[in-house]
Amino acid sequence: MQLIPCPWCGPREEAEFHYGGQAHVAYPEDPAALSDEDWAKFVFFRANPSGPLAERWSHSAGCRRWFNAVRDTRTHDLLAVYRLDEPKPVIP
Amino acid sequence: MPRTPGADLPDHPDFLWDDPDPKPAYDVIVVGGGGHGLATAYYLAKVHGITNVAVLEKGWLAGGNMARNTTIIRSNYLWDESSGIYEHSLKLWEGLEEDLGYPILFSQRGVLNLAHSLQDVRDSVRRVEANKLNGIDAEWVDAEGVKELCPIVNTSPDVRYPVLGATYQPRAGIAKHDYVAWGFARAAHAMGVDLIQNCEVTGISTVNGRVTAVETSRGRIAAGKVALCAAGHSSVLARMVGLDLPLMSHPLQALVSELLEPIHPTVVMSNAVHVYVSQAHKGELVMGAGIDSYNGYGQRGSFHIIEQQMAAALELFPVFARAHLLRTWAGIVDVSPDASPIIGLTPVENLFLNCGWGTGGFKATPGVGDVFAATIARGKPHEYAEPFTLDRFTTGALVDEHGAAAVAH
Ligand SMILES: Cc1cc2nc3c(=O)[nH]c(=O)nc-3n(C[C@H](O)[C@H](O)[C@H](O)COP(=O)(O)OP(=O)(O)OC[C@H]3O[C@@H](n4cnc5c(N)ncnc54)[C@H](O)[C@@H]3O)c2cc1C
Ligand SMILES: [Zn+2]
Repeated sequence: MQLIPCPWCGPREEAEFHYGGQAHVAYPEDPAALSDEDWAKFVFFRANPSGPLAERWSHSAGCRRWFNAVRDTRTHDLLAVYRLDEPKPVIP
Repeated sequence: MPRTPGADLPDHPDFLWDDPDPKPAYDVIVVGGGGHGLATAYYLAKVHGITNVAVLEKGWLAGGNMARNTTIIRSNYLWDESSGIYEHSLKLWEGLEEDLGYPILFSQRGVLNLAHSLQDVRDSVRRVEANKLNGIDAEWVDAEGVKELCPIVNTSPDVRYPVLGATYQPRAGIAKHDYVAWGFARAAHAMGVDLIQNCEVTGISTVNGRVTAVETSRGRIAAGKVALCAAGHSSVLARMVGLDLPLMSHPLQALVSELLEPIHPTVVMSNAVHVYVSQAHKGELVMGAGIDSYNGYGQRGSFHIIEQQMAAALELFPVFARAHLLRTWAGIVDVSPDASPIIGLTPVENLFLNCGWGTGGFKATPGVGDVFAATIARGKPHEYAEPFTLDRFTTGALVDEHGAAAVAH
């Protein structure tokens, strides 16, 4: 089982966490101005790379806080874990 | 009459196709040598007379999801759009062995989709009625009916998720996935299609918005048309021409037990408790689970998913308690927001898309091959493909099949 390092609790078993999908997806600033294509992009389209992906996790069976992680989707390796108020780290 | 497990399996075949080097150019290049790619090439050649075709496979032929799925075939989906394509496929399955001249061990042993709550029951009955209106064989059976069809199912009311009944599709069943792939490969090869293994597509070239060639690990190959059949890797390929797809790639696991005497006469699926069981021709119990929650390309799934799946299997089938687990594996499935596939044209001229089958595309293999080949040959969607265009996510004309997709995602 994968260990995921919660920024507050440290490494815990994957089963304690809930996956929240791609991180840094902002709600549109001016929703009324969006075209159908823009709405489709916002609602249905998310990054799906084979490689590093910035995503959200919640430590739902622990401290119940949300945080972000950059994870390599090929290896499942967590390359970085950071709080929601921290910027996305640059992965070399 | 008890039979010897495995007695009806044909011998392993000799080589069924050549292993050619790629030619400099093809009329159609199919990317992905899984069931969908092979079936597409077969129907391109057979129905449309287009034989200057290459199927490019980055690994070995049909080593992706085609070799990893739990082989369940059924057509009991809710909406008319899905009924169209899945029932078309089931009808092709029913004649496929003769058509290919090759054994595929299609066994129409029926599928039970269990209901465990009052809401499950209502949804199931609704789906049965919708199926009947579409001319698809479907019945609602109560818990006793489940017991009659599959005596090893635990129908006691004293479990956490009691079996209240099931939808039953008698014409549904399983086939042997390797044989299906080999049958299509052999027949396509015989009509002149090149099946090229160890050939990864690494780039797609366009000129003035039109596809002209693919870059591969074995060099550049010019193409009149390019058709994507890459299942879990569709997003990666589409990004090569700057196209985003509304897909998420997830690991999906399955596992098999040791060989057992024939004890499981049908296929049992439970969406609520996440386990799907059939008994393979040789005797293994074949079990599928739900997808891993996160995106992944590693062909490796989480252990806790298997734990949950085993717990559910034991509650439903206490008789399995002492069966040994032989092996587990994962495939990468591309899941769309409405649990329906995406088939058709793209904004890039002569680039065709077949993806988003998620956890349930094996059953579509002959159907999608036929429909996708027609779409490629004519340059416009086959009628069964029309509802499954990419722009349904913009128009909102979704085909929401989460309730009938059966694998939870
Ligand atoms: C565990 C599991 C259980 C399942 N159970 C069922 C079931 O019971 N019933 C059902 O209907 N469906 C089931 N499915 C889903 C079904 O297997 C898929 O929907 C279906 O196989 C997808 O089509 P395909 O056969 O062409 O895909 P694949 O066999 O995966 O073919 C795609 C091919 O593309 C190749 N490829 C990818 N990228 C490239 C590239 N860049 N260049 C060249 N080649 C490339 C891959 O190597 C692969 O061989 C299951 C899937 C899994 C993983
Ligand atoms: Zn925590």
